[in-house]
Amino acid sequence: MAVLITAYAIAGYVVAISAVKSLRYGMILDENFLTIVASAGAFIIGASVEGAAVILFFCVGELFEDAAVQKTRKSISELVEMQPVSVRVVRNGYELNVKPEDVAIGEHFVVLPGERIPIDGTILSGSSSLDTKALTGESMPRDVAPGESALSGCINMTGTLVIRADREYSDSAVARVLAMVEESGSRKAKTEKFITTFAKYYTPAVVAAAIIVATVPTLLFGLPSNVWVYRALVFLVVSCPCALVISVPLTFFCGVGRASKSGILINGGDVMDRLALVDTVVVDKTGTVTKGSFDFSGIHAHGVTEDDLLEYAAKSEYHSDHPISAAIIGRYGRVIDPEDIGESVNIAGKGIRTQVNGHTVHTGNARLMRDIGIEPCGTHDDVTNIHVAIDGTYSGHISISDEPKEDSAEAVRELRDLGVKNVVMLTGDNMTSAGLVAKAVGIETFRGDLLPEDKLDILEGYLGMREGKGSLVYVGDGINDAPSIARADVGVAMGGIGSDSAVEAADMVIMNDSLRRLPEAIRISRRTRGIAYQNIVFSLGFKFAALAFATFGLAGMWFAIFADVGVAAIAIINGTRAYGRTL
Amino acid sequence: MRAAFVIENLGCANCAAKMERKISKIQGVRSASVIFMSKKLIVDADETDIGRIEMEAGIIVKSIEPDSRLIKG
Repeated sequence: MAVLITAYAIAGYVVAISAVKSLRYGMILDENFLTIVASAGAFIIGASVEGAAVILFFCVGELFEDAAVQKTRKSISELVEMQPVSVRVVRNGYELNVKPEDVAIGEHFVVLPGERIPIDGTILSGSSSLDTKALTGESMPRDVAPGESALSGCINMTGTLVIRADREYSDSAVARVLAMVEESGSRKAKTEKFITTFAKYYTPAVVAAAIIVATVPTLLFGLPSNVWVYRALVFLVVSCPCALVISVPLTFFCGVGRASKSGILINGGDVMDRLALVDTVVVDKTGTVTKGSFDFSGIHAHGVTEDDLLEYAAKSEYHSDHPISAAIIGRYGRVIDPEDIGESVNIAGKGIRTQVNGHTVHTGNARLMRDIGIEPCGTHDDVTNIHVAIDGTYSGHISISDEPKEDSAEAVRELRDLGVKNVVMLTGDNMTSAGLVAKAVGIETFRGDLLPEDKLDILEGYLGMREGKGSLVYVGDGINDAPSIARADVGVAMGGIGSDSAVEAADMVIMNDSLRRLPEAIRISRRTRGIAYQNIVFSLGFKFAALAFATFGLAGMWFAIFADVGVAAIAIINGTRAYGRTL
Repeated sequence: MRAAFVIENLGCANCAAKMERKISKIQGVRSASVIFMSKKLIVDADETDIGRIEMEAGIIVKSIEPDSRLIKG
């Protein structure tokens, strides 16, 4: 008994202090205050053991909640661990340890084996294998050599690297991934909005009900006051919504954390809501369904040598950021002197017009050729053809084929298994090569020969066709399709953190290039939402049961304590399931 | 402009929801969001208003959870 009283005094004191502090700010519905009232009331009417239990379990519950939240935050620490503490930067020939924020673009820094790359950059010297698992969920290490890019967050496994910073820390992959996961909670799921709104009315309503239960039966009907005051106190014990409210954001946080383990960044609970209800998936072809690294299937020169054709094509594409341009420049393989290149005008959806060595070079698709009055050779229609005209004379074309990724077909099949009704592929390429890719991966609906603005129009069309709550997901590699990514219900940027505008517009980012992450993300979203629903139904069920039973005297303080603390604990444990298990 | 703050000792999810509702109503706040799991407050407002909003939000945070404190994120 002495122990009980001591424990009660200590716990009660702590709770009372908080209650008084809140009262000073006029928060009479503060949970500490309500607990004190319930406990003190129980003592006054002689239920002293229950009175002590209310306070004790309240404190135990608080401790448990804090611990669970801490642990959840920590379990997402694979990500937080990526946060660099210091960078070994080279200044005036000396290595200095500075804070990542203090490294300027263009500075050089050293990363030893076993260390994590702190800032995005280009490797100047050294070669090594990079472990990208924390960033992309990919377990295969990536071999890197000078000239290649190194993303922050990767672990340098074997050799010492000297890297030039290409971005500031705050724009680097690590910082952005962390911000995205930490701030994902700002976009709240429907269930979370429901539970916080519910909580807003729940506490005042239950407290009002408690007052009625304590007074009306006694004053109006002369029923024994002890019994009804006790029942009212039971009401107060279950009036605190906090524990109920914790489990829902915790569940979504775990879900977002689970996705990030697979290299999927989901921007918030509301995104999970829409992902779970997907009925249409629109995908861009190049770089999303296909590898986006191009195989040259032929160089067909007309009136110039193959070397000349390649040279003019490469130089004319020098200022373009299209993936095909990069492939052609890579194939050309020689250093391009920017002096050779004059004015360069991008012709959206068609190609580019550039002054090269004093000649006007048009490089692009068949449509571009027709625009300048040339009928291009159309014999290689099963591939993507890049036509070149020098000073208005047709000079031939470069044929490029872009293979579907190995797992694209599997991804499409999984999407259908998950109940996605329409899978649509859009591309700026010709219909024939689009058709071949679509067939290879099992997509029935596809549109080719599209200009960037056509893609947006088609997207609008599908947005208009959504049924009921069904949502539309658009997946693109972020080059030229930021508007579509922004417009879709869920815009997904593929291929990591590379393209800034796309990542900004995106609701979800797939860090490695696999389209199979999309069905995985849908499964994670559905499971997370399912767990959140379970928690709400379970917690509310017990709270209302406690209220109903208490009214008729069927349940006492102990049941209420369980409905408050025990149910919260179970809901929290249930919520953490959203983090576990492979899907 | 988007400004991020950290709410130290934010211990209760319902309090986070209350803070979010009140901070959203501060003059000049276009949107405000309190993230319980990462203890963050994210406010969207004009840059000139941020200082005043930070002060008002600091008072709101304390009034709802007396042990908590708003610091720059």
